[in-house]
Amino acid sequence: MSKHVLLIEDEPNIIEAISFILSREGLKVETHSDGTTANARLRGARPDLVILDVMLPGKSGYDILRDLRAEAGLADLPVLMLTARGQTRDREMAERAGVSAFMTKPFSNSEMLDTVRALMDGALNGDA
Amino acid sequence: MPRDTLTGSRIRERRTILGLKQADLARQAGISASYLNLIEHNRRRIGGKLLLDIAQVLGVEPSMLTEGAEAALIATLREAASASRSSTAELDRADEFAGRFPGWARLLAEARGRVEMLERSVETLSDRLAHDPHLAETLHEMLSTVTAIRSAASILAEPGEIDPDWQRRFHRNIYEDSARLAQSSRALVSYLDSEGRGATESVTPLEEMTAVFAAAGYHFPALEAGQPPEEVAAGLGRDLSDSARALLRRALRRQAADAAALPLPVLLEAVAQLGADPLALARRFDSDPARMMRRLAALPADAPCGPVGLAICDASGALTFGKPLPDFPIPRFGADCPLWPLFPALSRPMAVLARRLRFAGRQGSVVQAYAVAQPAALPEPNRDPILEAHMMIAPAAAPAGGEPAEEVGVTCRICARLGCPARREPSLLGDARQQEF
Repeated sequence: MSKHVLLIEDEPNIIEAISFILSREGLKVETHSDGTTANARLRGARPDLVILDVMLPGKSGYDILRDLRAEAGLADLPVLMLTARGQTRDREMAERAGVSAFMTKPFSNSEMLDTVRALMDGALNGDA
Repeated sequence: MPRDTLTGSRIRERRTILGLKQADLARQAGISASYLNLIEHNRRRIGGKLLLDIAQVLGVEPSMLTEGAEAALIATLREAASASRSSTAELDRADEFAGRFPGWARLLAEARGRVEMLERSVETLSDRLAHDPHLAETLHEMLSTVTAIRSAASILAEPGEIDPDWQRRFHRNIYEDSARLAQSSRALVSYLDSEGRGATESVTPLEEMTAVFAAAGYHFPALEAGQPPEEVAAGLGRDLSDSARALLRRALRRQAADAAALPLPVLLEAVAQLGADPLALARRFDSDPARMMRRLAALPADAPCGPVGLAICDASGALTFGKPLPDFPIPRFGADCPLWPLFPALSRPMAVLARRLRFAGRQGSVVQAYAVAQPAALPEPNRDPILEAHMMIAPAAAPAGGEPAEEVGVTCRICARLGCPARREPSLLGDARQQEF
């Protein structure tokens, strides 16, 4: 059974590109673009990996991640965070919230794909 | 060590600068080298003719040796030491330091001045970066668009066949995103260009309107002379957006009504007697305190009471007008310090709050603030009044009874106050304790 990725991002063309790249790798990609309902979707979907944008309508990626880590069943779920803000303090904030890997936009497709594979294999736990 | 006991150190300093040996100076001054040695180590007091002789040999005024470094230099050194919480500088020996090492002391004082200037620049720039939603949103939009273009272009550039449908979609996405990118780039360049033209250039209608007030020094002689505010607004608002022109007309109408109620000549006469005390002046003219605050802030720059700043906010706390003082900046985007009396005034309508305020982390610059919240419109039956708060600020006189000044900030991100119960977010300033809530 193919692995399941939940992509939480509000930019339609980024969603399309990432979905294409990951689907081509045989992953099942489900997308979600609203911060306020993301956690409910996470509990329902039980994905193998979450790709999470920081600036989302309704609720920030940091808040979603903190909520997610507070839930026993989701505490170990690999989360790759994507953000346009790559300053040290943004990384620190993501780390404190419990991120598994952190990538700054604009990233390359291969870089993103390598990180996704590593997270899926459980080989990565920290910065991309 | 007191300053006047450092004459010997200054003699030695000056002698060394001139390259004169102790024995030579002693001989020319008619004393023994050992006695001069005692003087130079501040173990013997010196005065009278001997001081005059030594000063003459050293080619300086005797006062240079007795008074040493200027008081301002010593004051700056003390200020530099006290500004740093972690400083272990010997505050009580600043005189001695300035006397013995005047070059180093001046260097330190200059560095202190430069640090202060840079801190102000940082405050201004941080305020812009931290609270400029337009800049933040535009940059975020551009980075997101670039990410989408890069991803789609990489997919298309990869070797191998791509389904024609997907190919068309990515071509379309790149086309749309490149158009978006061009648009946001143009908007950003235009925005930054307008910023570069000067600090008073602005982007929101409120900022445009405030820039007109700032350019006029917040004082409009034509309004004082009775010219209709619409005419004044038409002349000043030619280059403004429609919204900014509307704001300007409203603000000038209010200023004209204030001027008609409190004519400039009699107000200036009263201000010369009572100073910038809005309550005393309000009593004198039977005026409401908010009008008096606005009137004081609209006085000409050479008014006898000195500079007066003003902040006005609506019932939600959003700033609707700001006239900063050199020592009391007002953020452009309204994320002000909640400790300003402007905001508690909203919960105590009609009560005039008087506070002495000092910016956390800065020396001096204590201001006297008065704040009051009043209904912004005439009452209507069974409707709660819509409040508006005014806060007037003026440089404070020396505290008569030792009244302490409350530590406030400009905005949390650049505020040095420790353990502030009103802090919204960590400070950008270095001290780790400012990160605490």
